[in-house]
Amino acid sequence: MLEMHGISKIYRTDLIETHALRDFSLKVGDGEFVAVTGPSGSGKTTFMNLAGLLETFDTGTYRLDGEDVSRLSDEQRSKLRNEKIGFIFQSFNLIPDLDIFDNVDVPLRYRRLGKKDREQRIRNALDVVGLSSRMHHMPSQLSGGQQQRASIARALAGDPRFLLADEPTGNVDSLMARQVMDLLEQINEMGTTVIMVTHDPELAHRAHRNVHIVDGQISDFKPYEPRDDVPAMDVAPAAVAMSPA
Amino acid sequence: MFGYYLHLAFRNLRRNPGLTALMIGAVALGIAVCVMTLTMYRAMSGNPIWWKNDVLYAVTLDAWDPKEPYNEDKPELAPWQLTYRDATALMESDIPKRKLIMHKAIGVLALDGQTVKPERALTRVTTKDFFTMFDVPFQYGGGWTDAADKGPEPVLVLSKKMNDKFFRGENSVGRRIHWDDREFRVVGVLDHWLPLPTFYDVNNGALEEPEDVYIPFGWSVPLELDSAGNTQGWKPEDIETYQEFLASETIWLQMWVELPDAASQQRFQAFIDNYASRQKQAGRFQRPLNNRLTKVDQWLIDNEVVENDDRVLVGLAFAFLAVCLLNTVGLLLAKFLNNAAITGVRRALGASRRQVFFQHLVEVGVISSIGAVLGLAIGGLLLMGLRALYAIDPTDAGGTQALAHVDLTSVVTALALAFFATIAAGLYPAWRIGRIPPAIYLKAQ
Repeated sequence: MLEMHGISKIYRTDLIETHALRDFSLKVGDGEFVAVTGPSGSGKTTFMNLAGLLETFDTGTYRLDGEDVSRLSDEQRSKLRNEKIGFIFQSFNLIPDLDIFDNVDVPLRYRRLGKKDREQRIRNALDVVGLSSRMHHMPSQLSGGQQQRASIARALAGDPRFLLADEPTGNVDSLMARQVMDLLEQINEMGTTVIMVTHDPELAHRAHRNVHIVDGQISDFKPYEPRDDVPAMDVAPAAVAMSPA
Repeated sequence: MFGYYLHLAFRNLRRNPGLTALMIGAVALGIAVCVMTLTMYRAMSGNPIWWKNDVLYAVTLDAWDPKEPYNEDKPELAPWQLTYRDATALMESDIPKRKLIMHKAIGVLALDGQTVKPERALTRVTTKDFFTMFDVPFQYGGGWTDAADKGPEPVLVLSKKMNDKFFRGENSVGRRIHWDDREFRVVGVLDHWLPLPTFYDVNNGALEEPEDVYIPFGWSVPLELDSAGNTQGWKPEDIETYQEFLASETIWLQMWVELPDAASQQRFQAFIDNYASRQKQAGRFQRPLNNRLTKVDQWLIDNEVVENDDRVLVGLAFAFLAVCLLNTVGLLLAKFLNNAAITGVRRALGASRRQVFFQHLVEVGVISSIGAVLGLAIGGLLLMGLRALYAIDPTDAGGTQALAHVDLTSVVTALALAFFATIAAGLYPAWRIGRIPPAIYLKAQ
């Protein structure tokens, strides 16, 4: 479970202070699929960065799987990020001079897994996204949709508890966007919690719950209700999103 | 992880070949200049027989011109060579544990009826203690006896190089060889021996290689050998014969003694003082008494083997290395920051700051290793260039040829210097890249 309470994040320069998140509180339960929406500059990406332990916050508490992450060292945060969080980026962020196999291998290297274990995980992840036949292609040899699937494979290979997707369909066409969304739903159905930032209302509607952020605060949310068309999961995602004070 | 970091390092270096070449070139150039300068400095400033520094003494007496000192820049010093009569008189003392007088000569080595071409060979004409006093290593046989000195007996010792040439490196002890048309018997063959600087005789510069042949000093008079080093005099003398040369005030012989303790040193000092006083009474030694026993380290300073210019040159070489490394720091920073987006991705995927730091440090290590090897090679070429530039006589085996010998110590020093200097230069860029917040690159890439 991901639980943020009273989180504030301020970006400071010599001239101005920008309140990216103000007293932000949110709970995301195990197995949920949450869509985060909001206008540009509302704080969606800041929320994702904080959730993904890529940035620190100024005030508040954040517990990931019950662990208070605000007191962790960089080493511990990196380990947690590596083992529990998978990232999917709008611009894919594949490393251009590594082939797809080696790209998917990156997070596994930092987990210090054995060669056989890594290879098995990479092949499985590429199987899931349908890129087994392209594993030795360079990113530049793939279409945008294929690159995004490769980045999903990279996120999946480490078997994360949480998948953070920041505009995952922003750089692909509508057909490919639906395929990516189908893939994310499949992954969620397998038990992985998915938090997705999107501008697309249609995609947001396919999530279990929508969280709308305006000026760094949650302005609206839709409580989680299991959908009829989704098979029952082992986990019981009793997610509660709290409105900011 | 080291293997993975190494793999990434080579991959990253290949990504920007131009930048990589610049960095390696900067390191290599700095190292090359340092290697060259350090090798020269080491060759000129080291005490190659430091373990006997407290027992070996050069013997000098001041029988020079009463009107002006031998060395106007250093008037306190006595001439560093002796006349034949003074040297042979001092050799009569039995106070030193070991003693020698010597000079350099040139002879031609040849074998009877052999196909090996005769070779002009620098020769040291010396007394028997030369080898034991200076801890000269032998490959075969040894030095000669006191009787061989007095005889004199036709015996000689060959350098390893000459033995390789004339006897193909075999044990030639007992074999016959001609030295200047006179047949000699080989009694010893030296092993590799390269004392730098050649402290025992700085006649023709301190970077001479040791001589090729060694014959008993007793041959000097019967063969009427001239010195192949400096022969100097201060007063006009009619010298028509060799005997007149021996009896003259001409200085041309070097003398060294081994005095194992302070007592023997004091006794020998008293001995040469008495000798000089007696000579003064006889009308010689008209300058104030200045009889010196000089240790090897002081001897090298007195003879200006190490000059301030050399130290300044070493300082400049290190300053040049610092400039090269500063440039490398700038290039590394540019290179690492250019790849900051990829580093951001790695951070997002679980790399800690420490892992990012070590990944980049390994890359720096690869650059430094390649730079060091290249620097050594360039340094070697520069030394060869120096040798070619300063080699006055190409048939002369000595001179600055010794500079070409970059020994293991120099290689290890250069490699360590390159490695640690470049790693030190890479610490900041590697640290800096790890401190960059990854999030700013993830959205923008």
